[in-house]
Amino acid sequence: MKQITTFHPALRIIHWLMAAAIMAMLFIGVAMVSTVSTLHGLLVAIHKPLGLMILLLVIVRLWLRFATATPALPATLPAWQKLSAHLSHWALYAMMLAQPLIGWAMLSAGGYPVTLGHLVLPSIVPVSNDAFAVLRPLHSWVALALFMTVMLHLAAALFHALILRDGVFSSMTVSRKRLAPGALDNPADGQ
Amino acid sequence: MALIAGVPLLLTALILWAGGWLETSRLTSDKLVAALEKSGGYHPGYRRNHAKGVCIIGDFSANGNASSLSRAALFAPGVTPVVGRFAIAGGNPNAPDYAVLVRSMALAFYQKNGEQWRTGMNAMPFFPVKSVQGFYDLQSATLPDAKTGKPDPAKMQAFVRQHREIKPFFAWAKQYMPASSWTRDRFNSLNAFDFIDSQGHPHLVRWSMVPHADYQPMDEKEKEHTDFLQRDLQQRLAQGPQKWDLIITVAGVGDKSNDATIDWPADRQKINAGTLTITKMTPQQQGACNDINYDPLILPDGITASDDPLLNARSSAYAKSYNARTHEQAVAP
Repeated sequence: MKQITTFHPALRIIHWLMAAAIMAMLFIGVAMVSTVSTLHGLLVAIHKPLGLMILLLVIVRLWLRFATATPALPATLPAWQKLSAHLSHWALYAMMLAQPLIGWAMLSAGGYPVTLGHLVLPSIVPVSNDAFAVLRPLHSWVALALFMTVMLHLAAALFHALILRDGVFSSMTVSRKRLAPGALDNPADGQ
Repeated sequence: MALIAGVPLLLTALILWAGGWLETSRLTSDKLVAALEKSGGYHPGYRRNHAKGVCIIGDFSANGNASSLSRAALFAPGVTPVVGRFAIAGGNPNAPDYAVLVRSMALAFYQKNGEQWRTGMNAMPFFPVKSVQGFYDLQSATLPDAKTGKPDPAKMQAFVRQHREIKPFFAWAKQYMPASSWTRDRFNSLNAFDFIDSQGHPHLVRWSMVPHADYQPMDEKEKEHTDFLQRDLQQRLAQGPQKWDLIITVAGVGDKSNDATIDWPADRQKINAGTLTITKMTPQQQGACNDINYDPLILPDGITASDDPLLNARSSAYAKSYNARTHEQAVAP
């Protein structure tokens, strides 16, 4: 059986697309709520459709993640690192899915029309001051948690890429040509 | 190793910069709201400006005249429901109605397709300042001095030297007597917007809600009650609906889109777009308008913001104020 060393190509493309989109969203988010300059309106206008795009991408991504085989972490990795890798990944998936939905729900609760150009999206929660009062700060808190988790994820990825060079980083980039033999341990191969 | 920590740290620094946390000199929505809280006092659960007001319910009946300028559905002949708010300027919800010079009318029009038009208008002919910095500086300059309890004249003079555009506003304020009723006030958009027609062409406009009732100045009788505007509106609505015409003013050659301190000349083309009819009022805390942020950038297809810098600042600061007061109202016992 062929050992899987990389994620499915579609997953790799979506990963990097979402990485760029989410980083852009986080920057746009903090900038648009603080600035009083003419950028404000422009940033708000980008934030909403980009959020919807991220929501659609994460749904496709989760489906692909379950439908395709994934490379295992190196056997050399200590158990606590494996555990934190898995936990942080599921935390990232959860936040990527929740954050656009919280944003949408928050706009609905605030009575704002959720429009994308000519398209008016339905409200997903009724207009409610109490709901808005919970969802609006939640949107900020999840953004902060997401940013910090992404930074940890990035640091770990760089650690794998630059120090360990164990194929974890390249499993999300291009197909690797120079992989040290045995660097990957896939339990499915009974190695 | 430096890269591993360096890249995330650099990104963290960048996001702090983007959020305005690294530059103390940068004007942010937080600072604007804080300045308003200083001048009007801190009143949890209330709007940070125009804190005192009432909710109004009614509808807008369009005659179709403005359809040539804007493809927005609400300008086509027909009736659009409206939830609005009358208020007095300032951050103090306990201010006596007669003590405040400027009043406001905010409206949210609910189009059938789900889009909304939200607009906040004021009963003054033009805005005191043309820039956001000017607005912030004005709030700071008019703060009462800790010793005298009155604004420091030296600060005010320094402000006027820097923002000479305020002189016409002071001249207007000196001679202006507010009307005896919200129903006798004319409310103006002040900021310019673009109406987009069915061919996609923009038309630079401002608008006003012009009352059917005549202007009548406030007199001594009104000063007997701190809430005389609310009492007056209640009495009038008990007698029948109150009406305003929505008058669209089209910019002429040379009219600026980004300077709300200058009134456009009186000879500009004016279009009566239809009639606003108010039938009901409710106290704001229980009313439908309480939960509405009258953000001037919530616009339907057919209306877009101009490059007036005040619009973005209003949108950004209103959102901060809205987040704060909804939170305070939700946690209040």
